[in-house]
Amino acid sequence: MIISVASGKGGTGKTTVATSMALSVKKITPLTFLDCDVEEPNAHIFLNPVISETERVKTVIPEVDEKKCTHCGKCSELCAFNALAVLDTITLVFGELCHACGSCWYFCPENAITQKEKEIGIIEMGRVRDINFIHGKLNIGEAMSPPLIKAVKDKISPQETVIIDAPPGTSCPVISSVKDTDFCVLVTEPTAFGLNDLMLSVGMLREMNIPCGVIINRAGIGDDRVINYCKAEHIPVLMEIPLHKKIASLYARGIPVVDGMPEYIEQFQSVYHTIERVIRS
Amino acid sequence: MRELLVISGKGGTGKTSIVGSFAALANSTVLVDCDVDAANLHLLLNPKIKEKHEFYGLKKAEINEQKCISCGLCEELCHFGAVKNGSINQYLCEGCGFCFHACPENAIMLKDNVSGEWFISDTCYGPMVHAKLGIAEDNSGKLVAEIRKKARNIAQDENINLIITDGPPGIGCPVISALSGIDLALIVTEPTLSGIHDLKRVVELTRHFGVETAVCINKYDLDEDNTNTIENYCQEEDIMIVGKIIFDPAMTRAMMKGRPVIESPELAISKQINIMYNKLYSKLIS
Ligand code: SF4
Ligand code: SF4
Repeated sequence: MIISVASGKGGTGKTTVATSMALSVKKITPLTFLDCDVEEPNAHIFLNPVISETERVKTVIPEVDEKKCTHCGKCSELCAFNALAVLDTITLVFGELCHACGSCWYFCPENAITQKEKEIGIIEMGRVRDINFIHGKLNIGEAMSPPLIKAVKDKISPQETVIIDAPPGTSCPVISSVKDTDFCVLVTEPTAFGLNDLMLSVGMLREMNIPCGVIINRAGIGDDRVINYCKAEHIPVLMEIPLHKKIASLYARGIPVVDGMPEYIEQFQSVYHTIERVIRS
Repeated sequence: MRELLVISGKGGTGKTSIVGSFAALANSTVLVDCDVDAANLHLLLNPKIKEKHEFYGLKKAEINEQKCISCGLCEELCHFGAVKNGSINQYLCEGCGFCFHACPENAIMLKDNVSGEWFISDTCYGPMVHAKLGIAEDNSGKLVAEIRKKARNIAQDENINLIITDGPPGIGCPVISALSGIDLALIVTEPTLSGIHDLKRVVELTRHFGVETAVCINKYDLDEDNTNTIENYCQEEDIMIVGKIIFDPAMTRAMMKGRPVIESPELAISKQINIMYNKLYSKLIS
């Protein structure tokens, strides 16, 4: 069973929920935790895993052999991402723009293009309190996170119970993270911003056919719009976490909620059981 | 013309509330919401949409079954695993066109794909350019580039010398696109351990692209130790802290009402934002 935790936007408490849920669920079942927010991974701050293995993730970009290149311009014409520029005497490769689609090296009439490896980030793996921990870190300046996210996800097997901390938003990085997960927990706040972002996320998950439920964080700061929306859309509200100074200060210090407030363990476990039922039904 | 970009590494740091207040403080400015994935600035500035445009992302491939002889070449070649059993998964297709060019039967078409919309609007503080990327659509970087270009055109036409941009979260393609050609980036951070971690990554990013950077600590009174850590870090890295803003529920209340908090100028938080804005402005024009 693979559960992803997402939110339309960052800062809603997604990582708080994901890490606390992991620490609660690991008492029920063996667990792997994945932080797929490779642009800004934060879960390790709360879980403090001992990293035992590091892997470099590479993608390929073209390399042009100027001795063979006739500067015919075919490759730059083909590249949909403007990653190649053919000048009179030199052919330039803009590696950050390359999606590694393979067109240029396949079609070059002079066989002047080969594939060169380029590192986009790293994966770190380790353990913490009986949890398998895996996260990715995108190299700074690197635009393309989906290949790294995919590499992180390749580390799991579908038989495992997995919790995935997904990046914010509704575009490529989130899609890569929640794709093929059995259930997605959406963390939101009861505010106009929260509702706006929640609706976008729900739209995304519906298109991908992934069932979802909502956890409302900082309950009490806003109004009922989020709850009413969930009712109208038949989306289960799995849990409400009140706005609580203690929670905010635990968060600030990087302490998982369930460590500082163990009374929450049971609640997170019951969220897990609800999800189990939804998936099995 | 000067361009100020407000970013944060991650969302939820109060970036949009601050941009909304800056909008109200600026005499004349063009506003841009570059968070095309989950735009929020419109919730504060209530723009009246004047123009609506479609945004075309990359074309997507489609197989013409009449022509296809099921040779399997496209499935073999596609690096994104988008082709399965003679049909193309539109989510996975990145629009590279490899299959289109390679198909021996010319059985693949590239179809136009409307992947979002962008708008030119009026707000009571000036023109605003914003966008909405379709769900599950790629190419946020290109859309960001497009609306930024539009904002510059408007600024030129209407003789406005300041552009204030609400940036996207993260350090990936939309932010990289939002950073290019910016005069000053303001990073809004919070005194939490994750906030500090994110701050360091965004600072590295602005460095990587050689953009001048300033920092604002929002809710600085939430955790003194962490605020000190941020201040020390900024000092070591020679980054100017242009503002420290207290935690005040008035900020959330204003947001719930859909108004920038600065509209209550008597509040301490509004005064702090005002001072910060003036510092940024003088830095921008100096
Ligand atoms: S297609 Fe090959 S020969 Fe032509 S410009 Fe590109 S690299 Fe050079
Ligand atoms: S591999 Fe594809 S995306 Fe990369 S440079 Fe070649 S044609 Fe462009």
